[in-house]
Amino acid sequence: MIPLSWYLVVAAALFFLGVYGVLARRNAVAMLMAVELMLNAVNINIVAFWRYVSPEEPLGVAWVLFVLTVAAAEAAVGLALVISVYRSRDSVVAEELDSLKY
Amino acid sequence: MYIEQFVFFILALITLLSGWFVVTDRNLFHAALAMMLTFLGVAGLYVLLDSGFLAATQLLVYIGAISILIIFAIMMTRRLMKTTEPAYNSMWQGALLISVFSGAGLVYVIVQVFGMSNYLQKPDTSDAVLNGTVVTLGEWLVSADHLVIPFEVASVLLLAALIGSIVIARAEK
Amino acid sequence: MDKETLELMTWLIPVGPLLSFFLITLFAKHNKTLSAAIAWAAVFTSLGLGWLVSFNVIGLQVEDMQNGTHELRKNPVVIADSEAWLPFQPEIENWLNMGVAVDPLTAVMLFMVPFAVTMIFIYSVGYHNYGKPNGTHLGTPNHGKQEPLFSRFFAFMSLFAAGMLTLVVADNLLLAFMGWEIMGLCSYLLIGFWYAREYDPDPKNAQKLPPRRASIKAFMTTRAGDVFMLLGIVGFYKLFGTLTFADALSAGSLIAAAGTEYSMYGMTFDGATWMGVLGILIFIGTVGKSAQWPLHVWLPNAMEGPTPVSAVIHAAAMVSAGVYVVIRIFPLLAVGMEASGNVSLIIGGIGAFTALMAATIAVAQDDVKGVLAYSTISQLGFMIAALGIGAYIAAAFHLITHAFFKALLFLGSGSIIHGMEHGAEHVHDHHTDPQDMMNMGGLKDKMPVTFWTFVVGGFALSGFPFVTAGFWSKDEILADAYYQISHGHGVIPLLSTAIFWMLAAAALLTAFYTMRQIALTFFGEPRTPLAEHAHESNGYMIWPLRGLAFFAITAGFVGIPETFPVLGQIFNYNFFHHFVGETIYETMKVLYAEGLVAHDIITLPFQPFPVSISIGVALGGLGLGWLVYGVRPLKEGQADPLVRVLGPIHTFLRNKWYWDEIYSFFIIKPVVWFSEYFVYEVVDRGVIDTILHVVAKVFYAIGQFLKRTEEIVFGDAVDWVKDMFLVMAKEVRILQSGRIQEYAGLTLAFTFLLTLLILYVLPILMQYLQ
Repeated sequence: MIPLSWYLVVAAALFFLGVYGVLARRNAVAMLMAVELMLNAVNINIVAFWRYVSPEEPLGVAWVLFVLTVAAAEAAVGLALVISVYRSRDSVVAEELDSLKY
Repeated sequence: MYIEQFVFFILALITLLSGWFVVTDRNLFHAALAMMLTFLGVAGLYVLLDSGFLAATQLLVYIGAISILIIFAIMMTRRLMKTTEPAYNSMWQGALLISVFSGAGLVYVIVQVFGMSNYLQKPDTSDAVLNGTVVTLGEWLVSADHLVIPFEVASVLLLAALIGSIVIARAEK
Repeated sequence: MDKETLELMTWLIPVGPLLSFFLITLFAKHNKTLSAAIAWAAVFTSLGLGWLVSFNVIGLQVEDMQNGTHELRKNPVVIADSEAWLPFQPEIENWLNMGVAVDPLTAVMLFMVPFAVTMIFIYSVGYHNYGKPNGTHLGTPNHGKQEPLFSRFFAFMSLFAAGMLTLVVADNLLLAFMGWEIMGLCSYLLIGFWYAREYDPDPKNAQKLPPRRASIKAFMTTRAGDVFMLLGIVGFYKLFGTLTFADALSAGSLIAAAGTEYSMYGMTFDGATWMGVLGILIFIGTVGKSAQWPLHVWLPNAMEGPTPVSAVIHAAAMVSAGVYVVIRIFPLLAVGMEASGNVSLIIGGIGAFTALMAATIAVAQDDVKGVLAYSTISQLGFMIAALGIGAYIAAAFHLITHAFFKALLFLGSGSIIHGMEHGAEHVHDHHTDPQDMMNMGGLKDKMPVTFWTFVVGGFALSGFPFVTAGFWSKDEILADAYYQISHGHGVIPLLSTAIFWMLAAAALLTAFYTMRQIALTFFGEPRTPLAEHAHESNGYMIWPLRGLAFFAITAGFVGIPETFPVLGQIFNYNFFHHFVGETIYETMKVLYAEGLVAHDIITLPFQPFPVSISIGVALGGLGLGWLVYGVRPLKEGQADPLVRVLGPIHTFLRNKWYWDEIYSFFIIKPVVWFSEYFVYEVVDRGVIDTILHVVAKVFYAIGQFLKRTEEIVFGDAVDWVKDMFLVMAKEVRILQSGRIQEYAGLTLAFTFLLTLLILYVLPILMQYLQ
């Protein structure tokens, strides 16, 4: 007897944990980890809606698979960027990467 | 069905608690380990939602691949990872404020829209349908009527990401 | 082959050379071998496709010949395929269609044009000294060195071939006109190919224009004709409502158009007379393109282009295109001629006069290409004269045979010049003109292949009896003219008499100057060291000569009349006459029955008198030439014996009847005076400039006033706005911190606020407002 909104609330909480992480962490790798949390929160939402609304069609599951794909690509490219920045700037602190400042 | 609710609470607790560690722990390596725990909790939630396939995928992709990738990145940038440095940047109070407000707002909307009465129960879908999900999914992914184009686009995206990350991360000659 | 394949092949005939032009221009301009290879591939493709299509049509006639039937004449347009041209509003009636059509006339052109073009492309590779060290002088001839603009040459030649083939396969007047204009452009580009060439101000060269100016002259002169032709096309469309030959020139369409009356500027024409007017308008285009008097003056100067250009454009293809277009619209012309004798008089008169005049000029020319240039004008005059008396098939026949032997002669002259230039290199003499026949002599043994093929071409041009193609085609024109003397009505008998005797005289002169050219060039002793050290050209150049020589002889055998004694019995079928005649046989028959044309397609009886005349003038002219120039060959420094015999007439002929001077005095100088003095000094500087200056002064004053106003009123205000923005920008730029997390946080915060606004504040506001 679990109502749909329970899942949604948990997902929302996880999502905003991730948001807080992205906004507040200094380390770029930590920011990426927080982004992964946000993606997971979204996935929970999608699966929950799929199960409660239309379990006959596997569209929700497929959707989650695509999000997984994008997440994997994002992680790979993001971490490559972090490493590249680390090489050239000797820093992974997001605050210090402000060469686009006015 | 109190057992199911109990399991849900346990899993939610694991997920959120370890998520908290991910965003707060000063030691990045510990944070990464906590993140794996979060992923595990999410996988548990998937099982609770009758989607064992996704739970397995979650284990493989997130815990098996992405987490390891992140740990690698942490280790490669380890020289800078001093636990004495502050974990947060200068605007963390503002970030906390906006996150809490937005999260509260979202929860408020969820409760307003779905309340506690709508969708109290999962629809009574037969086990046969649920078990057949993976088969249908497989057919959909390669069927021209459904998802073959997104599927192919996703594969191209992965390839591009693969090549792109190699090009970006390669040392300058 | 099935119909679709043939249609597709017909479409593809001009495509290869067009593609070749773009490929060479875009990708191959730095690689001479590749350029030549592309151009060769293109023309060989066109040759293959053209001959396949052509032989498919000829095959139908062969079937008719064997079965004794006349199937082809019932449906002469064997291949026809067209598409709507830019069909934006296809609901409009009589929308233009563009397409291809092949009938027997097209088929014979498709036999001749791609072959001549291919031979000339092969020849050009040798002519531009392919494989020799690169020349360094851009835009001038590089004697003995590889042409530096080799790729450009082949690109232009390919574009030209595309234009000619388009014209040949076109099924309508507009597409044909497009091909026509492409050729006009290519003619301009190729005559001016050696754009940097200048002649030293030697009085001997006084009449020579440098290529740059020759190209402009050619372009402007033909343009004068093309404008009238375009008017003719517009009128054609107005009259028939379509430009497609097969539709407009069918018997039904012609009869309907001839029965209608047309009013213009208060004058009323009946349709048949109006057709005569249209025919004349289109014919003026031909006068320009085929270099007929009075627009013939450009062609001799066009010889400034490289010799392959002269051969392909100014002998085989482009100038023939003019005649071809007139032959194409022949039914229209025939109706016009029957309605008004003036049409016949204009066309036949111009043709015969041009033929005779150009032949007399050719007698007194010393430039080896100059003789051929005037000879070309003269021979085209033969065709036009034939058309003037309705001898449609004879004109087409002479067109084909002339293309073969004249291309051969031009290529031969190019080979001679090449040999002479080699001699010039050898003795380091760059002042003696290698094109002047007075500087040649005795080349017979030094250039045997060139000699023999040149003799074949020359004899074909003279109409040497029985074995050469030129004899049969020229004889047919004379026979037609003679036949019309007794069988025509209205002005035709008088006109035919004049044409017959003028053409006979022209043919006599033709044979004479041909023998003069052969004798001066090849016989006797070398008159300069250049000729002494000349030697045979390379294989690229002499093999095309042999190929063309073959057709210069055999092309005549397809047109021997059945009624001709002995030979007629051997061949027993005047293939060309029947084949080309089928194109409009049924149309002419219906028109004749309606009384709209003077006669239908006639098969002439054997007439001994014109045949003996044509044999007589050919042999007489050749014999006379041999007596004057061959028996006692000219020695070094000896003057032309004709100068003594003809006296001032020779000077008159040598100076080309002073046409250039006449035009210069009566047209060019007045126009230049008018534009320089009247238009420039009086109208432009005097009237228009004064008005402009007044206007300018007024506006300048207004501008000054506005400027002061602006400075006082707006200047400070704008400065103030600028300063404000600067201050503001300094405050706002803090937002551009460069920190990604700040951006993300702000985004989220504003999204949150916006959501609040939309969900809670706006509904309240709306309520309040209502």
